Amino acid sequence: MSGGLYSTEKNDFDRTLDLKKVKPYGDTMNDGKMQLSFTLPVPIGDEAMEAAKLLLRKLGLDNPQVVYMHELTEGFTFVNCYGNCSQTVDYTTIRVPKVESTKWDMHETDHFIRTHIGRPIVVIGASTGTDAHTVGIDAIMNMKGFAGHYGLERYEMFEAYNLGSQILNEDFIAKAIELKADALLVSQTVTQKDIHIGNLAELVEMLEAENLRDKVILICGGPRISHELAKELGYDAGFGMNTYADDVASFIAQEMERRNLKIKK
Amino acid sequence: MQKSKLGLDFEKIAHARTVSKAIARDVQSFVDHYTTVAVERTLCRLLGIDGTDENGIPLPNRLIDEIKEQNVLGQGILFYLGNAIAETGADPQTLAMQIAKGELDFIKLPIHSDNEIKASLQPYIEQNIKRVEERKDKRKRYLHTLGEGSKPYLYVIVATGNIYEDVVQAQAAARQGADIIAVIRTTGQSLLDYVPYGATTEGFGGTFATQENFRIMRRALDEVSEEVGRYVRLCNYCSGLCMPEIAAMGALEGLDVMLNDALYGILFRDINMQRTLIDQYMSRVINGFAGVIINTGEDNYLTTADAVEQAHTVLASDLINEQLALLAGLPEQQMGLGHAFEIDPELENGFLFELAQAQMAREIFPNAPLKYMPPTKYMTGNIFKGHIQDALFNIAGIWTHQGIQLLGMPTEAIHTPFMSDRYLSIENAKYIFNNMKNIGDEIEFKKDGIIQRRAQQVLGKATDLLETIEREGLFTALEKGLFADIKRPRNGGKGLEGVISKGINYYNPFLEILKTKKL
Repeated sequence: MSGGLYSTEKNDFDRTLDLKKVKPYGDTMNDGKMQLSFTLPVPIGDEAMEAAKLLLRKLGLDNPQVVYMHELTEGFTFVNCYGNCSQTVDYTTIRVPKVESTKWDMHETDHFIRTHIGRPIVVIGASTGTDAHTVGIDAIMNMKGFAGHYGLERYEMFEAYNLGSQILNEDFIAKAIELKADALLVSQTVTQKDIHIGNLAELVEMLEAENLRDKVILICGGPRISHELAKELGYDAGFGMNTYADDVASFIAQEMERRNLKIKK
Repeated sequence: MQKSKLGLDFEKIAHARTVSKAIARDVQSFVDHYTTVAVERTLCRLLGIDGTDENGIPLPNRLIDEIKEQNVLGQGILFYLGNAIAETGADPQTLAMQIAKGELDFIKLPIHSDNEIKASLQPYIEQNIKRVEERKDKRKRYLHTLGEGSKPYLYVIVATGNIYEDVVQAQAAARQGADIIAVIRTTGQSLLDYVPYGATTEGFGGTFATQENFRIMRRALDEVSEEVGRYVRLCNYCSGLCMPEIAAMGALEGLDVMLNDALYGILFRDINMQRTLIDQYMSRVINGFAGVIINTGEDNYLTTADAVEQAHTVLASDLINEQLALLAGLPEQQMGLGHAFEIDPELENGFLFELAQAQMAREIFPNAPLKYMPPTKYMTGNIFKGHIQDALFNIAGIWTHQGIQLLGMPTEAIHTPFMSDRYLSIENAKYIFNNMKNIGDEIEFKKDGIIQRRAQQVLGKATDLLETIEREGLFTALEKGLFADIKRPRNGGKGLEGVISKGINYYNPFLEILKTKKL
């Protein structure tokens, strides 16, 4: 099914990198190579292969190749494909909103808090709403942390309370008041049909109603959370994939200083 | 004389079991004196009461709310229902509908003698026990005529939120080689104090467990089992605030496997410990009778706590779960005790530890269809590496003769499985299970090597932990956070208001009938 082991196509394209016109890289600059796999709801056969190729062309992929096909069950065909991307993006004009803080390790953050804040920072965290997943909040808060990054419980200058999963927003706020929390961490893992958006937005509204929003640092996190989304929903920061306790801890410490929150109200 | 490949001392294992038995008995001496709203609703369902009132509230909830409001919950629903049948001659379903409409105050009826009450319940008890037995016979017939996949059974999940879409996914998985289909529940169902009614098409991260959804999926699996010539089992979740009710519904609809852990709800759903321990007993009595394989949830300990440091808590909990299940009359052959492949993949010789722990579980529970859970905590979104992590998990599974292999998906941590994810995972497992089929029979472990020492160390630490729990009692151990680093107060958590001590008229013949299998 594939086009043979050796590429005999003519490489008649410009092979210098132009950041104004970036495209995928396989093994030659600007070859545009992409791999895709997906399932089409049609029976296996030449028509299925042709359908996949047509779809790739419509997606802007030249020289589409279907290298593997398998009928998952009658009427559903799984394909692995390759193609050359004809589209480019201008990398030089991209601006992504990012958490604006310097990432420190645990000792640096502890030191900063000791010298600049002068007292431990109280943080509460939970997986809120109906979400039962604790993996995210545990990775950030538990002593052990995740992938070698110690969690907030390990920090000398954080008083960290992990409330676990399925915590209602109202209970979360009640706990924040009880513990006089400086920072609130919300973890959301289940994002099917955007269930997390409503829940995250509700927390902001409830904090505003309690006149608490400006007095705390509000952070959300999870595999499908971006800083951009978090800001849009009214959070101070959002932490997505591949961020760890160090990222969160440094941000909280610096934000405490920046917003002058060190004196407890 | 059984021989251990790990150099485990069978006397030590027997000792750990004796300690666990004492822990379980202590719990049981508490459980025997209490009932819960969930247990009472279960009894309604076991009399055949189903359906909702005009506001969509399930009839079992209406009846139990009624006796709870009148402060007679402790006397139990069967006392009042039996009495109402004796007085009116109507059947339980008709009575339930009348009570829900406010046409009958069944608490205030003249009280009949114990014998009359028992006799009036008897035909309905028999009728519904017979219904469960018919489901069991049907499964037995299928296993006899169609046969089943070889162990480890390939277990995959479907989780579309729509039961009809779940059917498409489940049948596809069965054709690809799955032996067990689990329909993941919608997020949050475990905290509902009622079971929704009817077929459902909306859910988040899963599909509502309802009796109608059970029926729809079991029928679809019967169909595909006949097509592929292999019996395909159906699994759901017998946990949360409706644990025993779901068990009853599963028994009536022929479910084959149920997640059913004694401690999981306490630790991971913050359900009150008294409530869960009472509920788990009734649910396991039902599952035991119905021939349902239960799965326990120890794998979850390792997603929260560290898989190397806390491996012994998994074994300790397996042993407690085993003894609690035995007290409920559930045989070893139905105990899918849980453990997991969750060690950080960056750890040097991590696979050797996994192998040691999996083999250890196999040797300590030789008759149990152990449920082995795949890597989840260290799945990163790198689907290519994830597929290899799952391959190592599959190697450990076939090597150590696990009973149920819950297949990992390369897209774990990204989304609920696509149809193609399931295919890739089943292909992965089938390749390895076939290619390495007898590796466990061929290879022995080096005496006092890394693997043997690891297993002995975990057993030792588990025994120490069990001895601590025996001294303090399970309730106190849970308060102190001895499992998964999670602390739960005895009177905290959800559902405590549904717990009550049994009154003098309390009557529940199902416990005896189901445990002794004698009507």
